[in-house]
Parts: sequence; C-alpha cells; structure tokens
Amino acid sequence: MSFDAPDDRGYMESHEWALNDDGTVRVGISDFAQDELGDVVFVEVPDVGDDVTKGEEFGVIESIKAVSDLYAPVSGEVTAVNEALFDAPELVNDDPFGEGWMLEIAAADEGELDDLMSAAEYREQVE
Amino acid sequence: MPRRRPPLYAVHDERDASFTDFGGWEMPVEFDSIRTEHEAVREEAGVFDVSHMGEVTVTGPDATALTQRLVTNDVAALDPGDSQYAAITDEDGAILDDTVVYRLPDDGGRLPAVGGDPSPADADGPTYLFVPNAGHDAEAVDRWTSHRDEWGLDATVTNRTESFGMFAVQGPEAAGLVDDAAADPVTDLSRFEARWVTVAGVDCWVARTGYTGEDGFELIVPWDDAETVWAALDCQPCGLGARDTLRIEAGFLLSGQDFDPAENPRTPYEAGIGFTVKLDTEFVGRDALAAQQEAGVDERFVGLTLTERGVPRHGYEITDPDGEAIGTVTSGTMSPTLDEPIGLGYVPVEYDEPGTEIRVVVRDRPKEARISDTPFIQ
Repeated sequence: MSFDAPDDRGYMESHEWALNDDGTVRVGISDFAQDELGDVVFVEVPDVGDDVTKGEEFGVIESIKAVSDLYAPVSGEVTAVNEALFDAPELVNDDPFGEGWMLEIAAADEGELDDLMSAAEYREQVE
Repeated sequence: MPRRRPPLYAVHDERDASFTDFGGWEMPVEFDSIRTEHEAVREEAGVFDVSHMGEVTVTGPDATALTQRLVTNDVAALDPGDSQYAAITDEDGAILDDTVVYRLPDDGGRLPAVGGDPSPADADGPTYLFVPNAGHDAEAVDRWTSHRDEWGLDATVTNRTESFGMFAVQGPEAAGLVDDAAADPVTDLSRFEARWVTVAGVDCWVARTGYTGEDGFELIVPWDDAETVWAALDCQPCGLGARDTLRIEAGFLLSGQDFDPAENPRTPYEAGIGFTVKLDTEFVGRDALAAQQEAGVDERFVGLTLTERGVPRHGYEITDPDGEAIGTVTSGTMSPTLDEPIGLGYVPVEYDEPGTEIRVVVRDRPKEARISDTPFIQ
C-alpha cells in the first residue's frame, strides 16, 4: 500500500509532520499513521500559550482501537490548536495533511526543523 | 508456541485484513474500518470469522452428569437442539471461562471421528458440544477429563477445535442472508436453538446465537469447507475490533478482560451473569455461590458513560466524585453507535445505580462520568 507524504514538510520517525510558514510550524500526523490507527475518536492537544519541547509528548491521539502519544517536532509556544478536531476527530482520517492538522507552534529555533526527515526519506521508512 | 491460524487466514490476508494475536490465534482484527464494520452489523449484516473459539464434544452415558458438574447452568434441562450460556467456575465460584453448551441430536449428530475417539454417532448417550474461549480449549478438555476420571464417569471428551471453523453472521439482515444460503429454512430457529443445516452444500451446525446484541447466527463449519461457507455469506466481513465495540455496547463480558481467574477473579453474581447459575444443580463452585447469593455481592459489573471528552480504557481507575478510588474500568471504547465514550467495570454496590456520578481517571485526570444501564443500545 502506498501513502501520501507531501514534499513541502518534514517528518518525524514517530509519524508527525511539520509544515513551516515563516517560523509558525503547523503539526499533524501522516497518512500512514492515520491508516495504522484506524478510526480516530479523540485528540488531546495543549492549550494556546503552552510551551512544547522538541521530541517530547505534546498530546495524545486515540482511535477506537489504540491510544498513541504525539511528539513535538520543534520547541516553542503553541499559538493555535485545531478546535474542529474536538467535534470532528475523524478529520485526521479524512485529511491528515490538511483539515486534520493539530496545532501551530511559534518555533523558538527554526534550525531544529533541519533534523526532520524529508518526504522521500519518510516514504522509505514506511514503505 | 507457534500461533494458530483460522482456516481462512490466507483468504483474509488476500483481502488485506490486519491481524492480531488473540488467545494464541492470529485473527483478523480489521478488514475495512472498525466503524464501517460496526455500522454494517447494527444496520444490515456483517460476518465474523471466530474460528479461534474452541469446540469440545462430550458424549457417552455420563456426558450429562459430567458436564452438569462443571458448568453453572442446568445442562440436564437441554433438549436436543437447545443451547444455553453458562459459566465454568472454580471451587470459590470464580469464573474460569464462559461458554455456550449445545446439546446435539441424540444420534451424535454428524460429527466425524477425531484421533482415537469414535464418532459420537457410535456412542451410547447424549452428545454435548461446548465452546470455550480462544486458547482455553486444551484446559477445558483437561478439566473435563480429569474430573471424569476422578469421579469415575463414562464419557468421551474430544477437542475438535481444529476440526471446525466458526463464523458469526450478525445484524438485522442476518436471518434473511443465512436463510438464502441455506438449503432449509433457518428463520424458525428461536434464540439459543440450533440444528444441522446444509449451507452452500456443507453440513453446518447453525445456532441462533451471537455476541453483538443483534439478531444473528453462529455457524460451526468443517475446517476444510470453511471457505465455501464463508463465500456464501455475502456481507461485510468484520474483524475482532468491531466485535469488541459491538459487545461493549451490548454489555457482554470478554473473558480475560472483564474477568480473569488470575488477575481479576469474579463470580457470576458479581459479573452480572447470575442467571446462568442454577443452585439446585451440583457443580464445582456451587456452595461458594450459594453463600454469596445469600450474603449478597460487595461489587457489581456496571456500565459507565463519560460526560467529558476522553475514552475509558481497560485498567483506568474509577473514583467517586471526591477522588476516592472505588474500582477499575475493565473494557471501554468510543461507542460508534452512540458516539459517546462508554465502558464497563466493577464498583461497590452502593454506586451501582444508573445515573450515579463517578469519575474515570484518564491519564491522571479525573473525567466526569456516570453509571449507565446496560446494554447501552436497545
């Protein structure tokens, strides 16, 4: 099976993606991850204003069958969370790289994003 | 120990099912999505491969006496073609396993000989077929044979788990679907009634039973003909993931999770299946259960619903509103039918009234919840 992995963003081994827009980093999980999890029923993310640390847990995603931690791709302050997921967590399944995004972080150091995998490297990991 | 595979493993693999280990069996957990499969069963029909369930036959002059002494229900009350849900308990009344006991037709049915054991058709006396949970077949056979020998009874106990596959067709359209595939009508079968029926040219033991809260049938089919019967049951294939969400909505127990003789020993009265206990029969655990029925239980199996966001899961603590620990969630999920977080677990009897406010501790945070009636769906 092949999975989408847009080239415009970086990826973590733990399957989060990070899309940088001038220091504001939008975060979600990959198409592969949502497929592995199955029907997503709950997403727990921090509040706007909270700080997250690169490589550490920032939240939890639950599908009907499993619970998984979510890891921050970059350190910084949370500037937005996707409140649509509170009522419609299935957006993560339907559109993991678009409407299913989870939060935005004002990156403390954009250089941290250099550690992420490229789309090509990530595709190699999951295929 | 290598994992056992159902007769249709290759067929499911070809269909891109994902698999999980269940009681030592490699079983399909999901074909399309749990939600899709769950909804098919609630609204139309779905078919489950449950070949991980055991099949054990007991036959001979003392088959009734032996089985009667090892399960809580009244086996002697079964007429040929009847079945009953029962618990297998230890001396303390704790549930070792739960099972359905079928009485086959008195000619021994159409069961072939297995190993050195004769076909029940050649045996003298009634034949029972009971269905232990996944991975419990060998211990059930050991329990039956060791008690037979200890009590000097005349019965042949045969493990036929790898002679038969088992499918469950469940949902409002299940009856029509099985009826269409069968050579003779099946819709006249009452709940817990069963008979041999030819399905797609194959002799199957067809019972009006199931584990989803829906109408439906369970078919016990010869291992080598499993693919023919499966192909004739043309509806949404469902995995153990949907089976779990469906049975939680129905408030049904899962062996090894909602009760476990080692980790969480529970009696039938605590687990809400006191109706399977017939105290006027003699069985292992009877005296302990009689005493508990007299004294009453301290804790009871209940449903619960979270009224805050979150999902209750096996092992999460239940507290009272002040944070005092009162119990543990044994099963939980986000109900696909109700779109609400629901769970099952044990609480002290003073908290068991539906509507009672409790808390479920989800990742160190107490979430508001209340005790609910089961089944969660009507």
